[in-house]
Amino acid sequence: MANEKAQNGIEVRGLVREYKKGPRAVDGIDIVVEPGEIYGFLGPNGAGKSTTVHVLTTLLPPTAGTALVGGYDVVKDGPKIRGLIGVALQEAALDPLLTARDHLRLQSTLQSVPKAEREPRADELIHRVGLVDAADRKVSGYSGGMKRRLDLALALVHSPRILFLDEPTTGLDPQSRTDIWNEVALMRREAGVTVFLTTQYLEEADVLADRVGIIDQGKIVAEGTPAELKAEIGRPSIHAIPRTEDDRPKIAAFLAQFGEPLASTRDVAVRLNDGLGLTDIVRAVDANGVDIADLELHAPTLDDVFLAKTGRTLEGAAEEAETAGQEKRSR
Amino acid sequence: MSTTMTQVGAIARRSVVRTSRQPASIIPPLIFPIALMLVNAGGLRSSTELPGFPTDSFLAFALAVPFIQGALFSTMNAGTDIARDVQTGFVNRLSLTALRDWPLLTGQLAGIVVLGVVQVLFYIVVGLVAGVRFESGPAGIAVLLFYGALVALSFGALGAWLAYRTGSGETIQALFPVLFVFLFISSMNTPRNLIGVDWFRIAATLNPVSYMIECVRSLIITGWDWQALALGFGFVIILGLVSLRLASGALRSRMART
Repeated sequence: MANEKAQNGIEVRGLVREYKKGPRAVDGIDIVVEPGEIYGFLGPNGAGKSTTVHVLTTLLPPTAGTALVGGYDVVKDGPKIRGLIGVALQEAALDPLLTARDHLRLQSTLQSVPKAEREPRADELIHRVGLVDAADRKVSGYSGGMKRRLDLALALVHSPRILFLDEPTTGLDPQSRTDIWNEVALMRREAGVTVFLTTQYLEEADVLADRVGIIDQGKIVAEGTPAELKAEIGRPSIHAIPRTEDDRPKIAAFLAQFGEPLASTRDVAVRLNDGLGLTDIVRAVDANGVDIADLELHAPTLDDVFLAKTGRTLEGAAEEAETAGQEKRSR
Repeated sequence: MSTTMTQVGAIARRSVVRTSRQPASIIPPLIFPIALMLVNAGGLRSSTELPGFPTDSFLAFALAVPFIQGALFSTMNAGTDIARDVQTGFVNRLSLTALRDWPLLTGQLAGIVVLGVVQVLFYIVVGLVAGVRFESGPAGIAVLLFYGALVALSFGALGAWLAYRTGSGETIQALFPVLFVFLFISSMNTPRNLIGVDWFRIAATLNPVSYMIECVRSLIITGWDWQALALGFGFVIILGLVSLRLASGALRSRMART
């Protein structure tokens, strides 16, 4: 078991990555990914997810700390690590003038797949990611989902034991997203591949990952299975949608007696005190004649976990990162 | 075949395939230099009547220019393609394979050389069809093809260096007019000894491009002029060695990984 862990797992201790003239993109993180596990690395734009992937895939050296991938050190054993990992980076770096088959042929040659196995492997992967009809068409005519699926196929060409997927579904339509999820789940189930997946989608981490690490501003703020993380938050929240904006303060004051207020622009929300449920609130609303357009009970989500740990919603953090990026560019 | 040679072949094949799928990268390097040569040959035909002009056919005299001009086009196209690979992250994809830096550069340059030889072959065929007699004979044509490969390699390495250094296709394209200035301030239209304007003659004499053109020209209109060949090959080899050194250094930085 220890041997398998060394071969297929990821172990990160105190990892730091600083950029010149910039803040610490990754600030002392510890991660252990078990063999065959899908580890979801969740966080907003600019949180440090891609930098972590770049370090773990040997594209960037760490500033401090240690990282073992498949039992090899990312600083000392770069070539060995590159031989056992598959990587689909955030930008699906494909050549628009090549076909899917051209890409697979090139990638399998560069990954030293034996010549006799290259064509059958390409056919298998083309079939597997559903690109049979488009295999001999130039990539320039592919949709975003098709490019992502080809990117995934390229990452798998040499049958890697550990797979890094950096935001594999960002910008995809729901159908394409589901196709990628199914494929990732299948790989783990059939081949026991260890998957390190970064995402900014809560649903993706929730559906796909065995364990989730939440990263914000270079630090891991929470880690565990999705169920464990949500259980940490424990209590559900109640969300009341006012009929008019003028009603908002009155409703907020009314709901405050049932729990701790939550920041929300869309509605008025409180995390319910222990023992309270939707029926208690409905009864109280009726009894007091409070005018509310709609009332919803939300079970805890990973966004709630993020909110509880950072004081911001994941969406709000992404907007902050975007604004900070724009300010930096305009300077 | 060794793994490294297989990788070089795969990269070269990609380079040729992607260029063959871009008509805009193939047609201008073939057509524009020939069109410019024909325009010049029409307008400057009377130059051949100057005392000391080395041939009666201005077309034969001017046929050397497309060799270098085509190589400049190829430099820009190859450089722009490599810069696009940097910008799109394709170089990162290659960095994540077992590929080392020098097979990548060799493969890319091999693709450029193949296309350069195709161009030279086209110019030779156009010359033969237009009635140009190659004084150095079939062996000279073989040397022209070899020289064309060497020019493509040297200029291609220059383009690769700029592409890996800057990662910007725009920079490569901005360089193109600068390289063209070297072409025009050379002996492309008049033998150096017949250039009447002093500063122009001096500039053309100091310009290595003059010697590259004269090397090709000597094989077409003179035969075997060993001095012209030595100078032409010498300058291209120096340019090639310097460019290759710079390109491999820039690529190593670009593919920096642990």
